[in-house]
Amino acid sequence: MTAATDAPQIDARRSGRWLYIASVVLLCAWVLVPLYFLFINTLSSPETVNSFPKGFVPEFDFGSLRFFAGFQGMIDALYNSVLVAVLTMIMSILIGAPAGYALSRFDFRGKELFRMLILLTRAFPLPLLALPLAVLFIRVGLDDTVFGLALVHTTLAIPFAVLITFSLFSGIPIELEEAAWTLGCTRLGAFTKVVLPLILPGITASAIFAFVISWNEVFAAAVLTIENRTLPAFLLQSLAESPLHLKFAGGFILVVPALIFIFAVRKYLFAMWGIANR
Amino acid sequence: MAEIQIKNVAKTFGAYQALHDINLTIADQEFMVLLGASGCGKTTLLRIIAGLETATTGEVWIGGRRVDHLAPKDRGIAMVFQNYAVFPHLTVFENIGFGLRMAKMPNAEVTRRVERVASLMHIEQLLKRYSGELSGGQRQRVAVARALAMEPDVILMDEPLSNLDALLRLEMRAELKGVLAESKTTAIYVTHDQVEAMSLADRISVMHQGKIVQAASPIEVYRNPAAHFVASFIGNPPMNFLRAEPAGSGKWKVAGETVDGPVSAATPLQLAIRPEDMRLADDGLKARVKLVEPLGAHLLVTCDVDGTMIRAVLDSDLTVKVGDVLTLAPQPDRVRWFDPQSTLAVA
Repeated sequence: MTAATDAPQIDARRSGRWLYIASVVLLCAWVLVPLYFLFINTLSSPETVNSFPKGFVPEFDFGSLRFFAGFQGMIDALYNSVLVAVLTMIMSILIGAPAGYALSRFDFRGKELFRMLILLTRAFPLPLLALPLAVLFIRVGLDDTVFGLALVHTTLAIPFAVLITFSLFSGIPIELEEAAWTLGCTRLGAFTKVVLPLILPGITASAIFAFVISWNEVFAAAVLTIENRTLPAFLLQSLAESPLHLKFAGGFILVVPALIFIFAVRKYLFAMWGIANR
Repeated sequence: MAEIQIKNVAKTFGAYQALHDINLTIADQEFMVLLGASGCGKTTLLRIIAGLETATTGEVWIGGRRVDHLAPKDRGIAMVFQNYAVFPHLTVFENIGFGLRMAKMPNAEVTRRVERVASLMHIEQLLKRYSGELSGGQRQRVAVARALAMEPDVILMDEPLSNLDALLRLEMRAELKGVLAESKTTAIYVTHDQVEAMSLADRISVMHQGKIVQAASPIEVYRNPAAHFVASFIGNPPMNFLRAEPAGSGKWKVAGETVDGPVSAATPLQLAIRPEDMRLADDGLKARVKLVEPLGAHLLVTCDVDGTMIRAVLDSDLTVKVGDVLTLAPQPDRVRWFDPQSTLAVA
C-alpha cells in the first residue's frame, strides 16, 4: 500500500526537479548565449564575423576594439557618459536616500500611496515624455547639456534609489539610533555617527545602480542631446551605418561595464525586492 | 540627586489610549520596576521618560527640572535596550565611550571611565572586540556598561534581561542589583517577569491597560494587592478566588462554610488566598483533588471547591491522590477580600 502511494510521489518530485533544472538552464541560456556571441564576435576578425558557420572559440582579434579606441568622438562620448552617470548617481542618492529614510522611520499620512507612486514613475514610457521634455528643456536652455540629461536619468534612477535605501534603513534597528540619542547625539549626529557607517556599503551599491541606469539609458540621451552625446546615443547613431563586426564591438563596450557594476552590487538589488541575501 | 515626577501623563496613538493619566513619583536612588503584561503601556511610559516618545498631555520632571520638552540627550538619562543596541561598527571600548566622546571628554577621562565600568561589568578582556564577536550575555554587559559610563542621574532599562537564557538571566539579575545599588542612580526597570520585579525592586508599579494599578514595595504588592488584577498577576501560581455571600455582621458564606470577613460590605465579595497560605485542617473548605503536581520542594494540588478551581501548595511529604477530598483552611491573617464590581480590595 505504502509502496504504491510512494512511487507516484517520488515520480512527481523527480519530474518537478527536472522541470526546475530545465527552467534554470533555459533562463541562463537566454541571458548568457547572446552575451557569449557578443563576446566572441567582438574578438573576431571582420571576416570571421561575416562568415558561417561560426566558431565557438574567440580568436582574440582586437582589431574591432582598437578601431573604437581611435574612433572620432568616441572619447568625448565616453566622457559625457561618465559625467552624466556620475551626476545621476549623486543626485539620485541625495534625493533618494532621505526619502528612503523617511519611508523607513516615520509614519505619515499617505505613506503607502507614496511608495506606490514612486514605482508609478516607471510606468510612463519615456517616448511619451520625450517630446514635452525636449520642448521644456529648449525653453529653459537645458537642451543638449550634460546636466539636463542627468536630470532625466535621475528621475529614472530615483525609484530604485528610494527602494534600495528604504530597505537598507529598515535593516538598521531603530534602537541603535535611539541609543545614540540617549548618549548625547542629535538626530543628525546619530545619523552620521551610527546609521551612515552601517549603510555606506549599501549606499555605494545604490549609487552604482543609478550609475548603470544612466549608463544604459539611450532614448532620452538620443532625443535630448545633439553635440553632447553620451556613449549609447553616440554608438546608436554611428553604428546604424557600420559593418557588422563594429556593431558587435560597440555593443560589447556598452554591456561590459554595466554587467560588472550590476554583478558587484547584486546583493543589494536582491535586498530591494525582499529576497534574502544568499 | 534625581527624583522623577510624572504628572498627569497620558498618551494616545490615534484612537488608542496607551496611557491614562499617570501620576508617579520615584525617589532619588530608588529602584522602580514597571511591571505588567505586554501592551499595558509600561514601555511607552519608559520611553516618554527617556524622551523617545512624547506624551500627549502631562509633565515629566527629573531632579526638579521639567524635561518633557527636552531631547533625550539633555535629560541626564541613560538607557539600556531590550535588544542591547550595541553599535556593530564600533569596538566594545568605543561603544562604552560613545557617550563620553559625544560629551567631548578628554581621552584620559574616557579611558579611565571605560576601564572602570568594564571591570565593574567583568568585560575588561572584551574591550577590543566588535559586537558581532560577543555572546548575548556579553552584549548585555556592554549595554549596561555603556549606560553606567555616562554616570547618569537616571538609568532606564527596557526588559534588559528578557533575551538572555534562564541561567544567565539569574546571574545578570543579581549582578545588576549590586552594580546599580553601588552606582547610586535612580533606576526605572521595565519587565513583564514578576520574579525579576520582586527580586530587583525597591518599589513595583503594577500596570494594567495603561494605568498604574498599584505602586508599592514588592512584599506589599504580594501580600496586599490593591486590586483583583494585581492579585491574579503576581504570584506563581496566582491567588485563588472564591465567591463569598454576605451572612450579616462580618460573617461570610464561602463554599458552604462560614468565614469572618469585612463588616462594611453587604454585596457578594471574593475571598482571595495564596496557594501557600492554606493548611490541611479538621475544619475548612472541602476540596476535591483534580490534579497533583509534585514540584520537589512542595506539592501543587489543584482542587475543586464548590465548583471553583483553586490551587494549594502543600508539603511534599503528603500522599494526595486525585479524587481525595481535602479539608483546606485558609490562614485567617492572609485572607484578602475583593469587590467583584470595582475589582478593588476591601478592608
